[in-house]
Amino acid sequence: MHLFFQDKWEVEGLQTVGILLVVCSSLKLMHFLGLIDLSTAGKTNDSVEDDFELSTVCHRPESMDKLQEQTKFTKKELQVLYRGFKNECPSGVVNEENFKTIYSQFFPQGDSSMYAHFLFEAFDTNKNGSVSFEDFVFGLSIILRGTINDRLNWAFNLYDLNKDGCITKEEMLDIMKSIYDMMGKYTYPTMQDDAPREHVESFFQKMDRNKDGVVTIEEFIESCKKDENIMQSMQLFDNVI
Amino acid sequence: MAAGVAAWLPFARAAAIGWMPVANLPMPVAPTEKNKRQDELIILNVSGRRFETWRNTLDRYPDTLLGSSEKEFFYNEETKEYFFDRDPDVFRSILNFYRTGKLHYPRYECISSYEEELAFFGIIPEIIGDCCYEEYKDRKRENAERLMDDQEDNKDAKLPNMTFRETMWRAFENPHTSTMALVFYYVTGFFIAVSVITNVVETVPCGSSPNQKEVPCGERYTVAFFCMDTACVMIFTVEYLMRLFAAPSRYRFMRSVMSIIDVVAILPYYIGLVMTDNEDVSGAFVTLRVFRVFRIFKFSRHSQGLRILGYTLKSCASELGFLLFSLTMAIIIFATVMFYAEKGSSSSKFTSIPASFWYTIVTMTTLGYGDMVPKTIAGKIFGSICSLSGVLVIALPVPVIVSNFSRIYHQNQRADKRRAQKVQKARLARIRITKTEGSNAFLHSKRNGLFNEALEFTNSTEEEQRLSKSTSLLESQHHHLLHCLEKTTNHEFVDEQYYQQSYLEAGLQNYPSRSPSLSSQDGVTGTCCSRRSKKHHTPLPNASAPAHMQPLTHTHTHQQGLQELSTIHIQTLNILPAMMLKFCNQFSSQITTAIISIPTPPVTTPEGDAHLPAAPTHQNVVKVSAL
Repeated sequence: MHLFFQDKWEVEGLQTVGILLVVCSSLKLMHFLGLIDLSTAGKTNDSVEDDFELSTVCHRPESMDKLQEQTKFTKKELQVLYRGFKNECPSGVVNEENFKTIYSQFFPQGDSSMYAHFLFEAFDTNKNGSVSFEDFVFGLSIILRGTINDRLNWAFNLYDLNKDGCITKEEMLDIMKSIYDMMGKYTYPTMQDDAPREHVESFFQKMDRNKDGVVTIEEFIESCKKDENIMQSMQLFDNVI
Repeated sequence: MAAGVAAWLPFARAAAIGWMPVANLPMPVAPTEKNKRQDELIILNVSGRRFETWRNTLDRYPDTLLGSSEKEFFYNEETKEYFFDRDPDVFRSILNFYRTGKLHYPRYECISSYEEELAFFGIIPEIIGDCCYEEYKDRKRENAERLMDDQEDNKDAKLPNMTFRETMWRAFENPHTSTMALVFYYVTGFFIAVSVITNVVETVPCGSSPNQKEVPCGERYTVAFFCMDTACVMIFTVEYLMRLFAAPSRYRFMRSVMSIIDVVAILPYYIGLVMTDNEDVSGAFVTLRVFRVFRIFKFSRHSQGLRILGYTLKSCASELGFLLFSLTMAIIIFATVMFYAEKGSSSSKFTSIPASFWYTIVTMTTLGYGDMVPKTIAGKIFGSICSLSGVLVIALPVPVIVSNFSRIYHQNQRADKRRAQKVQKARLARIRITKTEGSNAFLHSKRNGLFNEALEFTNSTEEEQRLSKSTSLLESQHHHLLHCLEKTTNHEFVDEQYYQQSYLEAGLQNYPSRSPSLSSQDGVTGTCCSRRSKKHHTPLPNASAPAHMQPLTHTHTHQQGLQELSTIHIQTLNILPAMMLKFCNQFSSQITTAIISIPTPPVTTPEGDAHLPAAPTHQNVVKVSAL
């Protein structure tokens, strides 16, 4: 040891160095643990994340003639629909984020993301995570040009989240909450927390004939056909386009 | 409503099928397109260059010139096109705005001509997309500076409602805001300098008695230096405590670098007070003295450049790390080689590999002290290789660090120039205002829309043209959609102001209504409305209106005379024949308009009905007051 250390001062000097090292490393450790924050004023530096857009994926829809056969839209209507679709989604498919963004433009006051999610699930019939123009047009064709039964079927499909053929109270509650969320905060009268639940109760009272806690497709269609309001509102979709 | 998604309105309306089976109330009538015309191409002739687009594209923004009926003023009957005597180059960007929903600012364009064109076509510049907005703002600012003689006012206007704590924090962060802050800034700076100089002077040997060796001043005037040190530490402690008090988020403040530096600057003094002069820990005492010099880092609050330097070093950490690593590798290699090369020579200074480290470092950094010199030929050869490679290894990462520093420095300069926060806030505020105009448009049209619908069924076109606001088809469809949502959930959209008012009055459940025919009128309007609407669901025998038209209105007044009415419902009585119905609707609707504009107690409809026989004169009177 006395090869290196000449006299007392060297020892003390080395002690100083050692203490400095210990302090610096403990500061570093605390920064690492998040107790202190050693990043200084230049916080404006941004880290550019590249999202890997699916812009390379380009989906072309089937020909217009085929679509015209399969749906009940005229050529002109298909043209108008496609132009709008392509404008918003140049790649030819909509993913869920895009879908939610587009739908939220119509409801500035509330949060429509949950309902948009359910809609997306309903439109995406082949469950591949994206809605192509064909899916879009098929769905619209049923809603806007289908028979009452078709429309009610589609609505049932929307409500039945797990696609098991019956609507439970929990599923209905999720749907109801998502609809109420679209209203936002500034409503009159003030939104109570149990408003969706009450609404679900009244819905089940009306629809659930055999009181078994679930609504099947037959109960749903039957009850809807008996309700004048619902029948009348179904007529609204006749001249949307 | 944003442009590109206007084409998705049919989809949004179709998606409303999910609400229908759930709703308990009947849905409102959908707006019909009076003349359902096919989408047609319109030609815009701008100074000879023809642009063609779909009519629907232009209709997306109804509050601009091209989207509204204002463009009819420019319609040329002979050529069947719209002629604008404006710059066609700029018009390209404007038309692209309609097509894509994003407004771009072309860089080659002069800022004032661009702004003129935007103003002409009724587009606010704040919606320029983020990609071009910075450029736009830069040019605009340069232009403004050119026009104005004196600089923009730099002083932050003191916000009226700042608490003492907030004022203090602002004073600490921006010393230029008030004179007190400036004074504080300079006083602390002075004391930091004093403290550092004290530490330095402490060690200078002062003149001493001739028999003893020279003593440093610190030991000669111990008391004086101790007092100086105490005073500085007092000031720093007070400053730190004041900052801690004023910080908006104390937790975050305590974690920040500057506060750590502050603590490290004053802690050694307190530890020194506490510790006794013990032989064992004297080494640590020396360290404490060393730590006092870190007070110099407190200057980084005062100097922007120092902060940037620190930040640069931090951001170049990878380059520095690489530098260090490569140097270490080279040092070890060369030290080993030198040691073995010089091992043979007698009285060589290269006693071990760690001893050769010193030689390698001094040589590689081209310092060359000359205290250790190789004597053998092999040693000299390797020594020269060592110095050459040293130059290379050090020269490589340094330009990277320098360029990093330069980039960050310029960035900082630009950030100051931009005063980014203020501009961004103002811009976002303006965009937010135009967006809420959109949602307010719905509320506004709701109030007008009801008597519009009433008028439709009377087939009185002149009144329609006079009283109805021209909303485009797109807007009316969008409003219908929102109306359906209201009916589904049995709640109504209101604006923020009204919501807060009604929230404050949550206790006041009693809404007295003057209308005697509405018997059980207490309680929340929700159930009331639904009950009311269910009652009037049976269609009128003579009326041509569908069942929806009946449950239109009943008025609510608030106890405290709040003049804003939530929803205006005009109630119609069932037994009136169609003609009376027409009168009643018109009359009541006009009264409604009067109610909105004049803060007087509302006239209730039964009274109105009673006046019907003398209708014509009343009608005239009311019309005048309403309009």
